[in-house]
Amino acid sequence: MQIGDWISQPVNWVYLPLALVLVYSGIRVVTSQNVIRAALFLVGALASTAGLFLLLSAEFVALTLVLVYIGAVIVLFLFGIMITRAPLGRDVALDHPSRTVGAGVAVALFGFLAFGSIQAFGSAEVQGIGEPTSTEVLGEALLGRFVVPFEVVSFLLLAALIGGITLARKDLSPAEEEAAGAV
Amino acid sequence: MMEFLSNFWVQLVIKLLVAALLVPLVGMVIGFAEMKLSAKMQSRVGPYFAGGRWGWAQLIADGVKFFQKEDLVPAEADRPVYKFAPVLVLVSAVAILVPIPLGPSVVGRDLDLGVFYVLAVSSLSTIGVLMAGWSSANKYSLMGGLRAAGQLIAYELPLILAVVGAVIMAGTMSLSGIVNAQATWFSEHGWGLGMPFVLVQFVGFAVFMIASLAELARIPFDMPIAESELVMGYITEYSGFRFLFFFLAEFANMFSLSAIAATLFLGGYWAPGLSERMLNILGPGILFAKIGILVFLMIWFRWTFPRFREDQLQTIAWKWLVPISLANILATGVIKVIV
Repeated sequence: MQIGDWISQPVNWVYLPLALVLVYSGIRVVTSQNVIRAALFLVGALASTAGLFLLLSAEFVALTLVLVYIGAVIVLFLFGIMITRAPLGRDVALDHPSRTVGAGVAVALFGFLAFGSIQAFGSAEVQGIGEPTSTEVLGEALLGRFVVPFEVVSFLLLAALIGGITLARKDLSPAEEEAAGAV
Repeated sequence: MMEFLSNFWVQLVIKLLVAALLVPLVGMVIGFAEMKLSAKMQSRVGPYFAGGRWGWAQLIADGVKFFQKEDLVPAEADRPVYKFAPVLVLVSAVAILVPIPLGPSVVGRDLDLGVFYVLAVSSLSTIGVLMAGWSSANKYSLMGGLRAAGQLIAYELPLILAVVGAVIMAGTMSLSGIVNAQATWFSEHGWGLGMPFVLVQFVGFAVFMIASLAELARIPFDMPIAESELVMGYITEYSGFRFLFFFLAEFANMFSLSAIAATLFLGGYWAPGLSERMLNILGPGILFAKIGILVFLMIWFRWTFPRFREDQLQTIAWKWLVPISLANILATGVIKVIV
């Protein structure tokens, strides 16, 4: 595609800043020398991903990303980091010695995925972007055609939840229990 | 004229202007109401001199004062994060206003996922509060930020679950659609009567109001800024207009959460016996009156209840509000299927 054609499409004007913010904050998440800064860059990356989903008129996915990931998961990250230690400034311990290997793996993965998608789709245009999918259609699909996968996922999540609680719980010996009861 | 008004960009500019002006205006009105009502409830006079009668100019004087003050940043603070935190809190407060309908066709943007959008955007302010608490490099700020985050996580769940009842009743997540469902509830009988959902969803309404008080960190849920323990919590180090941002965001959030409660449970802009044309003109006034009642309730609570302890706060959220709202969803679902 010619660069002129590309620029004359208004959707690209929105896409380009979003993509740049996404790439920049994605890189900063791993290179930042402060845990909390890294978590905040993750917020930026997730927010621009939500923006990309909005561009694809997938409102529900975009809002779920904001509500679940930014509003709950990252908040829990930050909460967990801050309640244990809240380091300000740089932490050199965050520089892992094998970071060059990690960078190599990341670049290789990026190349593999980019090559794969370009090979598979080429310059084919994404179909079916227009009006956002209404909640009604989504709900019908989830509880109609996809009800079995939906239930399986819910069941797995419940199992994971119970497993997490069991692993985190510390079973007390009778003597310890007595001591705990005495307090 | 009408052609000019129906242009997309003209409409966008008008909507942005309304939202940008509404927030400071609402902040001033609610702030002033709070000053005067608190004074009344404590047998004081309250603001008296500024502007002559009733001291109506007190809030304008306060606003000017904040802009004159120096914008201080603590030496140890994480500067970019510290400076951005109040902006994020205020932006999330303004962005909630988008899907709230002021009349049948007076709405920022009627989103199909209106309720979901409101909950998603309001959860952004938690990040801003945590950013403010951490980046201030102050132990009181950090403790305030942590308390606020713990509280907001705990009360977001009942807040979300409480609105599900109203969504099931209306069968849509669009805020305009929910108002419409309340306005035309009995219309199949040709009575022209509606039914505000508070009559059948009182449990949901009560849980929503309690949870929104907690989300606002107002008394009796104001541990994050408990002045007798934490100076001013996560706002401690802020001064000047960044302090004002937090202040405005609190009042704007009071307004928008009351607006959502009014829209979901009290019928929003709708009032019985008015045609659609009249509702477009009088709707904003009707909605603001309902919001005013809810805001008055919040101010009244502030001077009626003592502050909860941290463990009491968590107990109320997890052991009472969440089970109650789950039971409410179950009951609403069963009744909806049967009726």
